[in-house]
Amino acid sequence: MSSYDHNPIVEMKGIEKHFGPVIALAGVSFDIRPGECHCLLGDNGAGKSTFIKTMSGVHKPTSGEMIFEGKAMNFTSPRDAMEAGIATVYQDLAMIPLMSVTRNFWMGREPVRKVGPLKFMDFAKANAVTMEEMGKMGINLRSPDQAVGTLSGGERQTVAIARAVYFGAKVLILDEPTSALGVRQTANVLATIDKVRKTGIGVVFITHNVRHAVAVGDRFTVLNRGKTLGTAQRGQITPEELQDMMAGGQEMVALEGSLGGTV
Amino acid sequence: MTDANAAVDERVKETSRLRKALIRPELGAIVGVIAVFVFFILFASDSGMFNPQGVLNWSTVSAQFMIIAVGACMLMIAGEFDLSVGSMIGFAGMSIALMTVTLNWPVWIAIIVTFALCISIGALIGYIVVRTGLPSFIVSLAFLFILRGFTIFFPQVIERRTIIGGISDVAEGDWLAQVFGGHVGGWVFDWMAEIGMIATFSRGTREGQPIVDGIPMLIIWALLLVAVAHVVLTRTKFGNWVFASGGDAQAARYVGVPVDRVKILMFMFTAFCATVFATCQVMEFGSAGADRGLLKEFEAIIAVVIGGALLTGGYGSVIGAALGALIFGVVQQGLFFAGVESSLFRVFLGVILLFAVILNTYIRRIITGES
Ligand SMILES: Nc1ncnc2c1ncn2[C@@H]1O[C@H](COP(=O)(O)OP(=O)(O)OP(=O)(O)O)[C@@H](O)[C@H]1O
Ligand SMILES: [Mg+2]
Repeated sequence: MSSYDHNPIVEMKGIEKHFGPVIALAGVSFDIRPGECHCLLGDNGAGKSTFIKTMSGVHKPTSGEMIFEGKAMNFTSPRDAMEAGIATVYQDLAMIPLMSVTRNFWMGREPVRKVGPLKFMDFAKANAVTMEEMGKMGINLRSPDQAVGTLSGGERQTVAIARAVYFGAKVLILDEPTSALGVRQTANVLATIDKVRKTGIGVVFITHNVRHAVAVGDRFTVLNRGKTLGTAQRGQITPEELQDMMAGGQEMVALEGSLGGTV
Repeated sequence: MTDANAAVDERVKETSRLRKALIRPELGAIVGVIAVFVFFILFASDSGMFNPQGVLNWSTVSAQFMIIAVGACMLMIAGEFDLSVGSMIGFAGMSIALMTVTLNWPVWIAIIVTFALCISIGALIGYIVVRTGLPSFIVSLAFLFILRGFTIFFPQVIERRTIIGGISDVAEGDWLAQVFGGHVGGWVFDWMAEIGMIATFSRGTREGQPIVDGIPMLIIWALLLVAVAHVVLTRTKFGNWVFASGGDAQAARYVGVPVDRVKILMFMFTAFCATVFATCQVMEFGSAGADRGLLKEFEAIIAVVIGGALLTGGYGSVIGAALGALIFGVVQQGLFFAGVESSLFRVFLGVILLFAVILNTYIRRIITGES
């Protein structure tokens, strides 16, 4: 993959994060390069969300080093990270269902049109761009005024992804975008990830589904109880090995036997 | 998924134009307005309700409701409530009265200082809400009592009474008092009197003058506030932030919307609207009373809900709220014209509130697609 010729956009070294007595992250190292899809795998509570929230400026790490485009990064808010080009689509709160697709797409960055001394939101531009960007991701909206609540889960994810891409993300972090989706919707989102990667954006794809990860991932990092066991490249590791690492090894083997290897 | 022209999902039925037009926050209010007018035209058309004086009468009452409904509407869309509106009305009126009558300040200074004071209190309520994360329902309930308490305490201690009059005399000729208590378009009414469309005084110092001497500034304020709030909400960046803050504050914060600032500003705007209401009322009556504005916060909220706003925030319409206020004005005065016992107005409020909330819940389900 050509992505290994590039230097990482973001490098995280030995990140630790404590919430009072809870050690959510105990020294995690991770990097993301342009045009690759780096999968972050792990079971529930492994610390995946906490880790990417640290990366996107929501949490300050208790210790560890974060480097953005070769320089030490010091984001004090998600806004800082966003401005630098780290866009995050969160697990639970990507979109506001009652608002239209356009209003969601432009939320926080509304285009403005001046009429004399007055400033209005430029809906003509906002609607046109929204339709076009969604089209590029393979979704034809009925209308840009459509409430996000009427979209399917996969389409909602796509709005969030299209928005991040349009606003010039260099790194796109997706926190379990496929966890609530059916087969076809999942395929759509994975196809979208592939499109985004091909534009040169580095995608951090969080999931606990090994099959989804293997479908699009270039590299894989497994988190287990706040620790990582290193990063593997595509082809260096089998899905079964990834699955075992996520579960911490032993228990899964036993389970797999009784389930006939279907997990 | 490789072709950009993804197939149109064949399972989506083409939504009919009509159904689409119906799914808007104002639906209930529009139906309500039509129903109310039809009702009173049928049953009270000979009561004088629809002659110029009658129209001006219910328009003025509707305008009062509108002024506070606009503030409550913006705030509710931003995801918060203000239960202190009624107390704020009493407080602001009393503040103007004490400053002019007791302190002998010019009326315009009293009005400006009162506005500054009340908007600051609004900001304080907002600040406490965003800082503590407590429900605004509780915080503003506290201010409902605090402000009402002071509104009774100060005139009682200073003037030994709870109704302060004599403001008309000092407000005479004051430029700012005119902005709230004056009338515009008097010539139209002179003309209407001339051609006999409206009655004239037959005795006294104003003999021969039309009994309606212009459109009260209160109505101008109401229309202005509705228009400005509607444009800001639907056509500007800030309006988008108001929807976002109420729709999902956390999601809005993540994309950089200054949610706390938006909410505090909306509390300040609500306080501003309450103060406009109070100032118009004081200039009109020439007095302030410690019990003014009682229950107004609920009437404002009901008008907003009839207007289609969701109590949970993030959805609603200023035009809807204004129509809700119009329904109130027409019904309250219509019952009066029709000679019906006025207590029935409360019954009406309760019933219509219930219907509005049920309708809103249904509309919300259609929009969000939840079942
Ligand atoms: N703000 C917080 N305060 C205290 N503990 C927290 C906080 N956020 C996360 N944790 C804890 O940190 C651990 C890791 O949580 P995290 O949400 O990162 O897991 P995850 O890998 O994203 O899990 P899932 O797959 O369920 O999303 C959990 O034990 C969680 O309870
Ligand atoms: Mg998570």
